[in-house]
Amino acid sequence: MTDTEILAALAGHPFAQGLAEPHRELLAAGCKPFRHAAGEMLAREGEVAGAFYLIRSGHVALGTHLGERGAVPIQTVGAGEVVGWSWLLPPYRWQFDARAEDAVEGLAFNAAWLRGECERDRDLGYHLVKQLLAVAAARVASARLRGLDIYQ
Amino acid sequence: MKAEANPAPAPQVPAVARVRAVRRDTADTFTLTLDPPSPNRDVRPGQFNMLYAFGVGEAAISVSGDVDDPAIVHTVRAVGSVTRALQRLRPGDAVGLRGPYGSAWPLDEAAGKDVVVVAGGIGLAPLRPAVYHLLRHRDRYGRLALLYGARCPGDVLYGDEFDDWRRRGLDVLATVDRGDPTWRGPVGLVTALFSRLDLAPDATFGLVCGPEVMMRFVQREFEKRGVPDDRVYFTLERNMHCAVGFCGHCQFGPAFVCMDGPVFRYDRIRHFFSIREA
Amino acid sequence: MTAPRLLPKGRLDDLLRLLVADGFEVVGPRVEQDAITYGPIGSAAGLPVGWTDRQGPGTYRLERRGDDAYFGYAVGPHSWKKYLFPPRLTLWQARRTADGFAVQADVAPPPRRAFLGVRACELHAIAVQDRVFLDRAGRFTDPHYAAARSRLFLIGVECEHPADTCFCASMGTGPGIDPGRLPPPAEQPAETPCNRVPLPMAADAPPARPACDLVLTELDDAFVVRATSPAGQDVLDRLDLSPAGEDRQADARRRVDAAAARMAHGRHVETAGIRDLLHANQDHPRWDDVARRCLACTNCTLVCPTCFCSAVEDTADVALETAARTRRWDSCFTPDFGRVHGGNFRASVRGRYRQWLTHKFASWLDQFSTSGCVGCGRCIAWCPVGIDVTEELAAIRGGGEDNP
Repeated sequence: MTDTEILAALAGHPFAQGLAEPHRELLAAGCKPFRHAAGEMLAREGEVAGAFYLIRSGHVALGTHLGERGAVPIQTVGAGEVVGWSWLLPPYRWQFDARAEDAVEGLAFNAAWLRGECERDRDLGYHLVKQLLAVAAARVASARLRGLDIYQ
Repeated sequence: MKAEANPAPAPQVPAVARVRAVRRDTADTFTLTLDPPSPNRDVRPGQFNMLYAFGVGEAAISVSGDVDDPAIVHTVRAVGSVTRALQRLRPGDAVGLRGPYGSAWPLDEAAGKDVVVVAGGIGLAPLRPAVYHLLRHRDRYGRLALLYGARCPGDVLYGDEFDDWRRRGLDVLATVDRGDPTWRGPVGLVTALFSRLDLAPDATFGLVCGPEVMMRFVQREFEKRGVPDDRVYFTLERNMHCAVGFCGHCQFGPAFVCMDGPVFRYDRIRHFFSIREA
Repeated sequence: MTAPRLLPKGRLDDLLRLLVADGFEVVGPRVEQDAITYGPIGSAAGLPVGWTDRQGPGTYRLERRGDDAYFGYAVGPHSWKKYLFPPRLTLWQARRTADGFAVQADVAPPPRRAFLGVRACELHAIAVQDRVFLDRAGRFTDPHYAAARSRLFLIGVECEHPADTCFCASMGTGPGIDPGRLPPPAEQPAETPCNRVPLPMAADAPPARPACDLVLTELDDAFVVRATSPAGQDVLDRLDLSPAGEDRQADARRRVDAAAARMAHGRHVETAGIRDLLHANQDHPRWDDVARRCLACTNCTLVCPTCFCSAVEDTADVALETAARTRRWDSCFTPDFGRVHGGNFRASVRGRYRQWLTHKFASWLDQFSTSGCVGCGRCIAWCPVGIDVTEELAAIRGGGEDNP
């Protein structure tokens, strides 16, 4: 993808809504397009959370490993959503696995770089934290509703 | 003297049907196939029968098979004394049956349009007759999709039919609240499946069945995507004793769920749906 | 019908004997357990001669009158629904057979009954229940109700002594009996907020019309009797009575008019727009207020002449050889009324009280094209904490008018 295409792709992603123009350009310069085939891992539980992913197409299954019971999926995220917030919170390690359910495509950021930019520019940092909080809130709501066992 | 009426058999008197087959679907759900006690019962997808377990009582169970097949099919979850008694039935046993009652899914009105069927848990049972109808008359409809949510992979109903439905032109998307090591599909709320559809709001009908909290959230997804309230249909469940509009138990606002429902067009119940304990 | 006749009080027994000879069991008011209830009447002397009732919110008591009026009271805790819609009724029975079970649904026809002493409000209540159990165009008919209803001879008695709790005048259902006269027109908005397929009777039919066979108006020494059906005319002819003179008829009219005038300053329900008022005010704070007082004791539904909710009970003998299904009166106030697997749609008293009142005054209009309330005031008198529906409705309307 060209730089212009990357900027356009970033601007079109829901996570980037509300970003000031200079911040958008900064982030566009710092991210890279990525592709994963079905079954490939984007993250492994316990490893260093080195990236932050914006999903543009495809689906990613977040999951964990239950020892003798094997790998269990916990939630599926898709186009317009994101994978990862562990990169922002110490100890900066993935809490869950993330595996491509089908062909996944999007934009990836280097976590250390992104953290540095947030420290340097508190306005950018505040905006990204708010966006991530919204993501976390949606994940919590989903988990809570599923925990109600409404089909029982 | 004026003409005196003699008591006719009450509309609440059951006929006796015979169990042809019993099939276990999940841990607490089973499907009964009954021989019809009499021919020519005009049944429509969405309607229900009252099944009577001798000496125990009746339960209102939606028809869950192919309405063009004379055999009567009901998927039942064993949760109370009556449904547990029905669970003990074996082929050859007698069961009381009366019906069909209630309103039906708007399959004629939906002709020429896309249909999105959204089901949660055992909510797929009252919708399966609609699925059969849609697939039998595939050329009458636009795009067809089924969004289905179950608690866990073991609770997925009719899973062995999904591939056949896909082959015949129904896009089946199934999700579970919690996964297990065997599950390769989506995990999350059934509402999360909406993002996988490309809805044409002017040409879509929604048929929804599941717990009321789920139906509320599903309706919001339709609304977010511009599908109007008069093309989204719910099916409601209430305490039913008589099923013929006399006992008063099933009232929901001014509607009798047994006669005016159980299938309701959402714009007609929207006002009462938002009232707690309506 | 011929002009009104005069029935001397001493000949009231002739009317009763004639009805018995025609095969009717005569039921009517009598004093029993400190109240005026309905039961078999053997002779005119069994009627509550010289008794009246004093009623108010949560109170009912009988008092001696200073005269010998036969019908000098308003209404008691019983309504005629106990005969047309019995508190307990076996619907069918079943017994085990070699290969399953067989259902037996033959039911003996109910007896022919003559109701003596039916108030105007009660005639309206019977007409309202006809709407529920009979006139369901395209829906179901209750054959037990139809059988009992077709075997009725109705003798209405105009009301001259309304109780403080009565508001039939406000509801357009009394105190005078004018069979065929309609209560005030029920509003029929073009679109109901619920998926109620408009039944022919709901869309075009007029509100429920009361019907009866004879109407009595009590004077000091006699009754003015009007026949209001061919069956009533036949009985009247066989009684061979003198015509009631114009002065007698004027006396009768004056007494009923006086009763109506007394109610003009009494309890009142503003019925205009009440359907939409209640449907739109499901979250009104008054519901919380009444919920603090209501005991959910179900008295109101028991005494209400139009309440029709029922429950079915399935029973079997110990050996599981025979089974039966019985219908019995139920009430939307019971905790289990809204129960389904996994929960209860109406667990709170607030929800249940709101359901009852909204059904009675609003949903009934959607369902049956007539109000469910006939203004008899029983629910006010027999509520142990004295909840007054006319006051609750006024509060929801926001007027909060005090009733004297």
